[in-house]
Amino acid sequence: TLLLTLQVPVLRPMDLMVEATPRRVFANAHTYHINSISVNSDYETYMSADDLRINLWNFEITNQSFNIVDIKPANMEELTEVITAAEFHPHHCNTFVYSSSKGTIRLCDMRTAALCDRHAKFFEEPEDPSNRSFFSEIISSISDVKFSHSGRYIMTRDYLTVKVWDLNMENRPIETYQVHDYLRSKLCSLYENDCIFDKFECVWNGSDSVIMTGSYNNFFRMFDRNTKRDVTLEASRENSKPRAILKPRKVCVGGKRRKDEISVDSLDFSKKILHTAWHPSENIIAVAATNNLYIFQDKVN
Amino acid sequence: MFVRGLKRKCFDGEEDIEGTLAGIKAIPSYNLQRQSLLDMSLVKLQLCHMLVEPNLCRSVLIANTVRQIQEEMTQDGTWQMINTPSTGQASLDRLVSTDILCRSSRDQAEGKHVPAYGTFNKDFESDQAPDSSETMSTASSVQTPRNLQSNVWEMENPQENKGNFQKSLDQIFETLENKSPNSVEDLFSEVDNSYYDLDTMLTGMMSNTKMGHCDSLETFSSPTNTASNSNCKSDLNDLDHIVEILVES
Repeated sequence: TLLLTLQVPVLRPMDLMVEATPRRVFANAHTYHINSISVNSDYETYMSADDLRINLWNFEITNQSFNIVDIKPANMEELTEVITAAEFHPHHCNTFVYSSSKGTIRLCDMRTAALCDRHAKFFEEPEDPSNRSFFSEIISSISDVKFSHSGRYIMTRDYLTVKVWDLNMENRPIETYQVHDYLRSKLCSLYENDCIFDKFECVWNGSDSVIMTGSYNNFFRMFDRNTKRDVTLEASRENSKPRAILKPRKVCVGGKRRKDEISVDSLDFSKKILHTAWHPSENIIAVAATNNLYIFQDKVN
Repeated sequence: MFVRGLKRKCFDGEEDIEGTLAGIKAIPSYNLQRQSLLDMSLVKLQLCHMLVEPNLCRSVLIANTVRQIQEEMTQDGTWQMINTPSTGQASLDRLVSTDILCRSSRDQAEGKHVPAYGTFNKDFESDQAPDSSETMSTASSVQTPRNLQSNVWEMENPQENKGNFQKSLDQIFETLENKSPNSVEDLFSEVDNSYYDLDTMLTGMMSNTKMGHCDSLETFSSPTNTASNSNCKSDLNDLDHIVEILVES
């Protein structure tokens, strides 16, 4: 056939498209769901943790990893505890922690043995007998563990609280913050609708003076460790315009509900904020609310 | 699910009182609440089991809760099961999920929860140490919650209970561990069509993010607190029984 028209290719400007392509894939080292990855302070290695094992990788080597923690029982029938989160110490490249579904934290030193099955430290708070219920274990399961920037403390998140631990004190946390204690009387409903298994993260601010974590109804909470003040804020388009200052929210726990308060029963449990992040040095935070990402900053005077 | 039926019978003061006489306030007995929690947990475990990618942490936590309830019930002496005449050990060889899920979805469709809890409640006159022989005297008329367990574990004594219970938990964990594309096919090859009925229940459960159905169970107090309710309860039981008869006729 004859070519009747000749078209010169034309350059058309388009919006920038961002496409993610994997640069390296570290495969075939995990049998169970991966819950954490943590870059080491040596910037050469990192670890990945699944429900039962933790592996150490070198960034340059994708086909080999070292298994450093293995809690899989010989007989799976005896399984009663899984790993829920893990993180390297911010300064000591041989030290890491991992948390469990039974509310415990183990600190391990890789110099002691190739397989760190024996912890160097074991953090667990004794159970409060007055609060005991069939849900005690589930709500004690730690969903996130984070070292402070200083490396002196660790913070853990369980279903109802955030706890700060001093690395030198294993028998109880030094601080406990109630995220949404009004849910304590609703645990059965939350078990029924599976919300009790939600895994919330927690973060430190750059100076380790404020900690933040998410909750339901697009709420997130901040706790100032020094002043002991806390605030509840909401990440939703309906309630704030860009550049508007966020208004503190309050959940009414019974009795008369004030005008701006929300009652526990009106909370939307499908709107959960599981992931948040704090800029390492500035007061800028990122909050993930379902399929929206919010970025907030301190009001500029 | 189970809890919806429960709420209709036992309510706190703020709920509507339609359908019940004189608004007698009653909190479900501790044993009843515990039983309901156990049943709910078992169904959850089976549903975990059905997923292509089961969540191990969730399964472990639910299984631990079930074990905890079972241990407490064994200590209480309330862990007594009906002797079923029929299949014996055979039902354990089948996937536990098939049996429980078929039964619970069928029974839910037939709306059998309310009468089941009515007769069940009657068996527990006090919460302290129910006489185990009395407990199962109305076994033949007890429906969903008891059948759930009796078909899973053929119980003769608490020790055996524990063994059989452990075995069904083991099955769940083994299958979770061995899960691979092939085994998923095997899993579902045994499924009968009653699974499709489950879809509605499943979607209902998964999307049910509002609370409210468990309200009556929120008053889940320790056993020592519920002794005072026994008088109220027996009155309520009589009333319920009458109401059931009226409704069903």
